[in-house]
Amino acid sequence: MIRVRNLVKTFGNFTAVNDVSFEVAEGEIFAFLGPNGAGKTTTIKMLTTLLKPTSGSIELDGLNPQAKQNEARRRFGIVFQDPSLDGDLTAWENMQIHAVLYHVPHKVWPKRTEELLKLFELWDRRDDQVKKFSGGMKRRLEIARGFLHTPRILFLDEPTLGLDPQSRNQLWSHVKRVNETEKVTVMLTTHYMDEADRVAHRVGIIDHGKLVAQGTPAEIKQQTGAADLEGAFLKLTGNTIRDEDADPAAAMRQFAQMWQQNRR
Amino acid sequence: MSAIYILWLRELKRYTRSRAQIIASLGQPMLYLLVLGFGLGPIFKRAGAGNYLQFIAPGVIGMSVLFSSIFSGLGLLWDRQFGFLKETLVAPVSRIQIMIGRTLGGATVACIQGLIVMIICLIAGFRPASLAAIPVAVGFMILIAFLFAALGMAIGSGLQDMQGFQLIMNFLVLPIYFLSGAMFPLNTDLALPLKYATRIDPLSYGIDGMRNAFGSPNTAFNLSLDLLVLVVLACILMVYGAHRFTKIEV
Repeated sequence: MIRVRNLVKTFGNFTAVNDVSFEVAEGEIFAFLGPNGAGKTTTIKMLTTLLKPTSGSIELDGLNPQAKQNEARRRFGIVFQDPSLDGDLTAWENMQIHAVLYHVPHKVWPKRTEELLKLFELWDRRDDQVKKFSGGMKRRLEIARGFLHTPRILFLDEPTLGLDPQSRNQLWSHVKRVNETEKVTVMLTTHYMDEADRVAHRVGIIDHGKLVAQGTPAEIKQQTGAADLEGAFLKLTGNTIRDEDADPAAAMRQFAQMWQQNRR
Repeated sequence: MSAIYILWLRELKRYTRSRAQIIASLGQPMLYLLVLGFGLGPIFKRAGAGNYLQFIAPGVIGMSVLFSSIFSGLGLLWDRQFGFLKETLVAPVSRIQIMIGRTLGGATVACIQGLIVMIICLIAGFRPASLAAIPVAVGFMILIAFLFAALGMAIGSGLQDMQGFQLIMNFLVLPIYFLSGAMFPLNTDLALPLKYATRIDPLSYGIDGMRNAFGSPNTAFNLSLDLLVLVVLACILMVYGAHRFTKIEV
């Protein structure tokens, strides 16, 4: 379903993604793990047509996303690291806009929206403005929205960041259910190794732009001789802390957090 | 339902739902209208330049349209990182459609804002030459709104952080307002540098156009020149804004 070969992305002298190759089979849940700044988000951006690769090839459901951008975009859904809902609109209206932008026929989307909102336990709140939702509810709505146009692939970039264990658990059980019933391929990134261990069929570990290991969680643990995935991850990527230089987005993220705390 | 329509509708819904914002954005024009309008009025009259309220009302209307339209575009900065923009940028819709939808929405909101200010001006004692003047003035409002919504879109597409926003506010938006002849007449003996600066300010022609339409005193250009400058510039900025918008990297 996803086939990546020798993918490279450089920004000036800096190589963010360095010769990465992997495949994800149909219906699989693939976790893409790595320390901060390892190249996870850059890879996801290239897969989702937001960035042009410097070299290498990508295939999504047999399509080259650079050459056939719009066809490729119809086939995947994405949940970004930062929120992308419209807080002034209601949950229902957010779904409606998505349906229109993804050309979901008018006969189809209201029913599918109802199903998804019920599945993600948001149906009772469908007419409330999204800004009144909790962090977990917003995340669920974003994921429900990602499924609305029945994509073949769903990308989740750190979807559980900042959520409590209850919300995280609930979120993954919903994702797993849709993955099983609709055979949607899921590619996710997360910093919570226990989540990856529980949810993912296979994981890939990336560090300094290079893919250092891939396989089932059990295989990775076996390779490294670690008791759990977190131990394996630390063995593969070392214990040094990656201090990234703050980019404008990070500065704004900090500002947004302050703002949200002050409002509570 | 097309992408352009739904994005336009979104801007309208957001506007009508944020009552606090509507009131807040009316505060500044009101201050200018009431404080300057009534404060400078007597001196303006003593200088033999006529009724200041009649003069400043088009300026205040132009100001509210300028601020509202340009901010709709500058808001891209925030929207790109924490907002809805990303959702539209990965959708299977061309960037041009997204840009048009947003610009139309931003311009429509700016026009509504301008209309509200116009009504308040009428209540405060502003009197246009005739009722027929109002549709012509609204036409100029629409042109101003489009022009600056497109300019905001062009600049907002390239903004990287909040400091950049402050820079644009202080070195572009405020100068555009102050040099536009909204508050002082342009048909007097201005110092040459100031005179040229006011001549290259697009808002000068928008406000002058409204003054021409309303029959306000102290117009600087004639109506057809105002119209020509605004239409040509609005078209250029729409194309430029669309070009910059398609270059956004998330």
